Amino acid sequence: MTTGGGFSAAGGHGAVPTAGVPSTDGGRPGGQPLWEVFVRSRRGLSHTHAGSLHAPDAHMALRNARDLYTRRQEGVSIWVVPAKDIVASSPDEKDAFFDPAGDKPYRHPTFYDVPDEVQHL
Amino acid sequence: MDEQRFQQALADDGRIEPRDEMPDGYRKTLIRQIAQHAHSEIIGMQPEGNWITRAPSLRRKAILVAKVQDEAGHGLYLYGAAETLGADRDELLDLLHAGRQKYSTIFNYPTVSWADVAAIGWLVDGAAIMNQVPLTRCSYGPYARAMIRVCKEESFHQRQGFEAMSVLSNGTPAQRRMAQDALDRWWWPSLMMFGPSDDSSPNSAQSMAWGIKRFSNDELRQRFVDATVPQAEHLGLRVPDPDLVWDESTGHYRFGEIDWSEFFEVMKGNGPCNRERLARRVAAHEDGAWVREAAAAYAAKRARSVAAA
Repeated sequence: MTTGGGFSAAGGHGAVPTAGVPSTDGGRPGGQPLWEVFVRSRRGLSHTHAGSLHAPDAHMALRNARDLYTRRQEGVSIWVVPAKDIVASSPDEKDAFFDPAGDKPYRHPTFYDVPDEVQHL
Repeated sequence: MDEQRFQQALADDGRIEPRDEMPDGYRKTLIRQIAQHAHSEIIGMQPEGNWITRAPSLRRKAILVAKVQDEAGHGLYLYGAAETLGADRDELLDLLHAGRQKYSTIFNYPTVSWADVAAIGWLVDGAAIMNQVPLTRCSYGPYARAMIRVCKEESFHQRQGFEAMSVLSNGTPAQRRMAQDALDRWWWPSLMMFGPSDDSSPNSAQSMAWGIKRFSNDELRQRFVDATVPQAEHLGLRVPDPDLVWDESTGHYRFGEIDWSEFFEVMKGNGPCNRERLARRVAAHEDGAWVREAAAAYAAKRARSVAAA
């Protein structure tokens, strides 16, 4: 083990080594499925992504989500979604994918000049 | 992905998200750091869990149960963040159980009295907050978001510890002695929680460039000392450091030499409780295997009955 700098305090709950420790050996699939958790913090607001968890099925995922993400009354409703079923846009193509909206500032009200004295616009 | 393009992406967006391109070193550094942070959280359940059945009142017991449950939650948030980088939680647990990944040295010290539970909340969680608050602005989105949640909860941990410490230090002479004894034993290990000086470390410089680390170990330690010494004075307790002195010119406390040989011995596995902590963790995992199997069997049975219906 090296001294003088092989540890990071900003490793969280006390310094941990920053070298000489394996990062990962390359996956060991076969555990419980991964679920993404969405929590509605109160009625009138939409569900927001809170994080993920492992559970053998949807019922257990909901119970685990309650214990993990709403211990302090953070939610009144929870959705759990199998992580594998989420379809997402690719970050690699984010420029091209969202490009069509990039040159249309006229979709925003601030694009338009309105005289100061005109009200209710 | 080359370092220059990554630095540009960091400068443009400030945050990196799971499916973004990132240099292999960035990914590996984060997995190593987040995994060991997670391990520290779940191993950290043990020293305090030791006192749940012997808490001095129902109020203290309920608080302690909630706190230990929070530590499990913190571990799960963090394993979840590590998995967004392509790691697998079961595999990370294997690395912990095999002793190949580490956890914070602080949890290898014993909790011999109730005052130790108070001292852990006040000092150990206080030090953890110093480390974790800068991580809420870390460049990796899922880690930063997990830290925001953790820091909110950690604040309760520190306050309940200080309150329990305050009750003892304002109690009977025996209680006061117990509080002082806990401070005497936890002070130096708490300062070691920030790790040895890393001002000239290439790993730290790289982590700073990547936005994973924002302050040096020494800076964070100094902040902790400056914040905590007045709290000890308020409690009427004596910090066990004859060299501790307020330096008017710098506006900081100066403190004595830390015995780093102790830190390295504990990190190597030779602390008072290393073997006990790891053995307990492995036993909990192995003894719980039937629960995981039963849950999987129940899920399979439900799936079959849904398919048949």
